[in-house]
Amino acid sequence: MSVETNFKPQVPLIEADSIVIRFSGDSGDGMQLTGTQFTDTAAFLGNDLSTFPEYPAEIRAPQGTTAGVSGFQVHFGSREIYTPGDAFDVLVAMNAAALKVDLPKLKKGGIIITNTAGFDKKNLNLAGYPEGVNPLENDSLSEYKVHKVDVTKFTKECLNGSGLGMKEIERSKNMFVLGLLFWMFDEPMQYTIDFINEKFAKKPEIAEANIKTLKAGWNFGDNTELFATRFKVQAAKLPKGVYRNISGNSACAIGFVAASELSGLPLFLGSYPITPASDILHDLSKYKTNNVRTFQAEDEIAGICTAIGASYAGGLGITTTSGPGMSLKGEAMGLAMMLEIPLVILDVQRGGPSTGLPTKTEQSDLMQAMYGRHGESPLPIIAASSPADCFNTVLEACRIAIEHMTPIIVLTDGYIANGSEPWRFPAAADLKPIKVTRLTEPNGENGTLLPYKRDERGVRPYIVPGTPGLMHRIGGLEKASGTGNVAYDPMNHEKMTHERANKVEKIADSIPEIKPDSGNEKGKLCVLGWGSTSGSIKTAVRELIAEGHDVAHVHLHHINPFPKNLESLLKGYDKVLVPEMNCGQLVNLIRAKYLIPAIPYNKVQGLPFTTAELKTKILETLK
Amino acid sequence: MSATIEQEALPKLTAKDFASNQEVKWCPGCGDYSILKQVQTVMPDLGIPKEDIVFISGIGCAARFSYYMDTYGMHSIHGRATAIASGVKSMNPNLSVWVVSGDGDAFSIGGNHFIHMMRRNFDLNYLVFNNQIYGLTKGQYSPTSEKGKVAKSTPYGSIEDPFNPSELALGAKASFVARSMDRDPKHLQAILKRANAHKGSSFVEIYQNCTVFNEGAFFGFTEKETKKERGLFLEHGKPLIFGANDDKGIILDGTTPRVVNFKEMGLSADDLWIHDEKDKIKASIIATFFDTSYDGTSFPRPFGVIFAEERPTYEDGMKSQIDALTAKKGKPSLDAILSGDKTWTIL
Repeated sequence: MSVETNFKPQVPLIEADSIVIRFSGDSGDGMQLTGTQFTDTAAFLGNDLSTFPEYPAEIRAPQGTTAGVSGFQVHFGSREIYTPGDAFDVLVAMNAAALKVDLPKLKKGGIIITNTAGFDKKNLNLAGYPEGVNPLENDSLSEYKVHKVDVTKFTKECLNGSGLGMKEIERSKNMFVLGLLFWMFDEPMQYTIDFINEKFAKKPEIAEANIKTLKAGWNFGDNTELFATRFKVQAAKLPKGVYRNISGNSACAIGFVAASELSGLPLFLGSYPITPASDILHDLSKYKTNNVRTFQAEDEIAGICTAIGASYAGGLGITTTSGPGMSLKGEAMGLAMMLEIPLVILDVQRGGPSTGLPTKTEQSDLMQAMYGRHGESPLPIIAASSPADCFNTVLEACRIAIEHMTPIIVLTDGYIANGSEPWRFPAAADLKPIKVTRLTEPNGENGTLLPYKRDERGVRPYIVPGTPGLMHRIGGLEKASGTGNVAYDPMNHEKMTHERANKVEKIADSIPEIKPDSGNEKGKLCVLGWGSTSGSIKTAVRELIAEGHDVAHVHLHHINPFPKNLESLLKGYDKVLVPEMNCGQLVNLIRAKYLIPAIPYNKVQGLPFTTAELKTKILETLK
Repeated sequence: MSATIEQEALPKLTAKDFASNQEVKWCPGCGDYSILKQVQTVMPDLGIPKEDIVFISGIGCAARFSYYMDTYGMHSIHGRATAIASGVKSMNPNLSVWVVSGDGDAFSIGGNHFIHMMRRNFDLNYLVFNNQIYGLTKGQYSPTSEKGKVAKSTPYGSIEDPFNPSELALGAKASFVARSMDRDPKHLQAILKRANAHKGSSFVEIYQNCTVFNEGAFFGFTEKETKKERGLFLEHGKPLIFGANDDKGIILDGTTPRVVNFKEMGLSADDLWIHDEKDKIKASIIATFFDTSYDGTSFPRPFGVIFAEERPTYEDGMKSQIDALTAKKGKPSLDAILSGDKTWTIL
């Protein structure tokens, strides 16, 4: 793919196969937007990529402090990229706090671009540097290539006479940095110019100011001789097709809309705002033209209960939340399990317990999904492994919920919910329709109705209110097998408990067998993962295989029930290592179920695993 | 098999047609029996096909109600019937939805859902059987129990003020607020019909006698000897008259209501406060005839429709927004949604 610019480089262009850039600044500095724009352009140029936005829990944390630092990390390359990268090649630090927070993860010899205005006495103080110490003016950064640019001053000069107020001028400074980065990586500005024109269509003076500043950033790189090198990341050899960039939360929203279209059931979302799941509510609220009904409930419980009502009345009821909301929904999940109606409960996991680390990631709700309810109430669980995979996962969850008449839990997490990657999206025609079967006539002998009569999969019929002649009552009290009438008989309770559990177990008959993602089906070590650790494990294992090690990567999507061949597959390896962003949850399920001495590897820092961490642990385990 | 044709061909349904085949298991003498009977009695007159009727209940004695109606029904979880009903109406506005709840279910564990239901105004009927006690858990005080109530969990008396459900509902923007009682079948039937006819969330508080844990809590209002003296039976456009001899009335003196012995004073009934159920301010004053006293006078407890004024329902708003947007923008294809507006091609 060629890049058209009028520029004839005077500074040498160095080919790089992948680059990690971290945009870091105050929460109000526009780093998320800058990062997203850079990402979109890299995507259009055909790079493979992965992003990791990281921001504070406070909307505007105290300005200039380390608590208020907002970062956006993008890893783009000419090869396949599965993670946002362990360490940065380039760090953009808009102020002293940003430098302080992110410097430890900059590679030795890496590039720092600073806004010197963010390193004045006040900012240095706020960032906690000792009196009189400025890292830009001593030799503490001697191992890095530091570019000191007074971005604020240049932006002001550039927009002098534009008629904009000081505040608006200040706000444009991220565009200067973006222009400079585009120059550094030889990427065109056109995509961002189009974006600005569209975004500020009604405020042409703002659009003009932003574009002017963007170009000024590019020209600054071009005209000054501050930069000795520029980099070129060629397009990746991705499979042919049409791509878009997608975040996990958006992919979930689209997955739900697709499930509604494929099943013909109107979608109803009952949800209460909670970080990091709210974007799914926002996204779905835009699809009203596809008969999507979104309901911002008064609380988490009403979120799931309205969804139960919607499913009962014949729609596709779903609810979205994060860990604390899951806990509140527990009782209603029990009801939905007891009623046996379709329902999707999506948990975008975050650091817990309690409010914990609401904007950080964790995989610590697996046990809650598995066991976090009263009574014997197993539910199917399925987990997404990457932003784009959220689409497939949600679609699969809806299919199971509808075809097996059951609530199902989908687990994603903050890392893949907010992170994004290129997605070769499917054509609607290639998606399998979801089969909806409804009972319209009595199904028992002599015209009697048996709402809890099961088919060979253990699934009861779907009877929607409004169907003539099939009036019946369902509820949370234990039911007699078949009729569904209230029954307190001890043997019946045990029978029904098993019937409900068997129905969930039998889902395993309709899910694919599991195969290693990389490596052989037998060998020394299997790294078994689930959810968002996929990218890091994949990268680490593939690198180790290339280095000649006997290691394989198996990644679980279906966690309850497990794929039928999981036990035999795992038993083909000498050792099984289970990395998780929790204190060991899947590992205990595996050990309990298969009596395999699986080895836990855990991280609970609110951050994903780095490839380096995994490689070290895998090598240690192989010894 | 068309529902309509079948319905027309059938003879008119009777109360019995609305009784399910399940044995009714309330305590002997419970007020719930009468309420069940009145509901089953009015059902045939509503002209709604049985299959389009859904009873949704939470938890408590009252909540067993849905098992006893031969309609669609769901016995759900404590306090959440309102939320489930909201989902049902959002998905299928054509259904006639009846929520059955008790005072604990509606105002304690379900208090949050109650106020939001009133505010959103889904078109459904919300019956709260108020017996001022927790029955199914065997006799604890409830959020409507009078202060000082001696119950299992308050052996030395409750120290809490009770809710006045009518005021609570009006404060939450209810569009229909009524009160009735288990022991006046005609009154209850009339109110149930009014509730059904009202488009919006129709809140009906029904005083219900719990023979086991709170016998006689409402006898002052329900028994012949005192009913006319202590109850104020409201009718739209009619004066506020009460008293054993229909000799007392209520007038509005500025914003202060006063009880007057109007016959003695030589006033005519037309000089009294004429009930206007559409007047929110006046309805709000009537609703305070509960534990509020004016100038030391205690007021009779109002029964009947306290307030009724239709306003747009939630499900209509939801539907019209979807329809308007779809008419304006058209329905995007699934392919258009999958691709979004920014794509690139790898050749």
